[in-house]
Amino acid sequence: MTKIEAYEDIPGTTVFDAQRARKGYHLNQFLYSLMSAANRKEFLSGEYAYLKKFPMTEDQRQAVMKRDWNTLLALGGVSYALAKLAFTDEHSYQYMAAEMTGMSQQQYMDMMIAGGRSVEGWRSKKDRGEA
Amino acid sequence: MARIIAGVGTSHTPAIGAAVDNGKTAEPYWAPLFKGYEPAKKWIAEVKPDVVIMVYNDHVNAFDFKIIPTFAIGCGDEFPIADEGWGARPVPVVKGYPELASHLVQSLVLDEFDITIVNELQVDHGLTVPMTLLFDSPKAWPVRVIPLAVNVIQYPAPTGNRCYNLGKAIKKAVESWDEDLKVVIFGTGGMSHQIQGPRAGLINKEFDKRFLDGLTKDPEALVRIQPLEYLREAGNEAIELVMWLIMRGALGDKAEEVYRFYHVPASSTGVGNIILETKEFHDQRKGKAAA
Repeated sequence: MTKIEAYEDIPGTTVFDAQRARKGYHLNQFLYSLMSAANRKEFLSGEYAYLKKFPMTEDQRQAVMKRDWNTLLALGGVSYALAKLAFTDEHSYQYMAAEMTGMSQQQYMDMMIAGGRSVEGWRSKKDRGEA
Repeated sequence: MARIIAGVGTSHTPAIGAAVDNGKTAEPYWAPLFKGYEPAKKWIAEVKPDVVIMVYNDHVNAFDFKIIPTFAIGCGDEFPIADEGWGARPVPVVKGYPELASHLVQSLVLDEFDITIVNELQVDHGLTVPMTLLFDSPKAWPVRVIPLAVNVIQYPAPTGNRCYNLGKAIKKAVESWDEDLKVVIFGTGGMSHQIQGPRAGLINKEFDKRFLDGLTKDPEALVRIQPLEYLREAGNEAIELVMWLIMRGALGDKAEEVYRFYHVPASSTGVGNIILETKEFHDQRKGKAAA
């Protein structure tokens, strides 16, 4: 049995709840390990071998290697931990956020400078015909 | 007796810290933001608090997912700066106040808030960016800091109501400490923002303005905002604003707004800064200014 949570209706958003945290536990532990410079170096010099040290799913490992950010969210990654992967690649939070939207870095930055994404049209999957 | 004299609400966007650390504050993108924080810097240099209670959230730096405390108070002598993935920020180590922090824990637990005690705590941008914004870049921080970390990462964060009531209990705890101390409480994070998924970049200026207005005009209305409303209306990460309600709860029924600044964007965030003095402290300051 699963409960349908009201926040699942928010479009383009993956709320990091207890079920996702459970699913993403080892993925997030891997990401947490990137807080040390030595680990970042080891990871970059052999990504798959490093990922094998963590008992995560093969899907999660592949999504890490592809830097497939939205899939990583779906597989239980939390954005603040995923950011450590972006930082390891010498990118910023903003870079990762832009990647998740499918916009170019410049388009995303321009949107933010112009005041950000309006909530109009982004409140509900139902209203957007996505549910 | 120790007293909470004021509250500071401020965003804690990591890019703000990076802009300072990399000498970019005068660039056109950043200059308006740093100019907007000048009055807050001047204010805090004038009131010279002895202690800051810093309500903030850790971003998977001190707490990975092995243990997730809803409310945790740092009781150590000092708190080192975390390497969040790009090296630690070059800011001074944060000095704690273990005696007062431990007293807060005792008082709060007896008031039915189940606080986690943390004796070793690395602090991240959630704490250091507000320090930089208010105290600039000194060789040593001019105040002792009691970190109060709130889980806003794994859903659900504590409710606004719970946070507001915790603030009230903090006021009571501070006032039962027999030492003449000026305490300023910070509520950090927010305002509207979302940094994940295809909806990233969401900003809701109207929501943010209502929130800033409500801190003095109708805090009880803010307390009733439900988690879903923060997420839907102001972005997945806007839930951090519940931490501002801990700050507000600690100021008593009436608070006076003495400064406000709002700016979009810092990276993906709507940045807010507000200074609220307790009625008592505000009247005292006004009295001095008049004399």
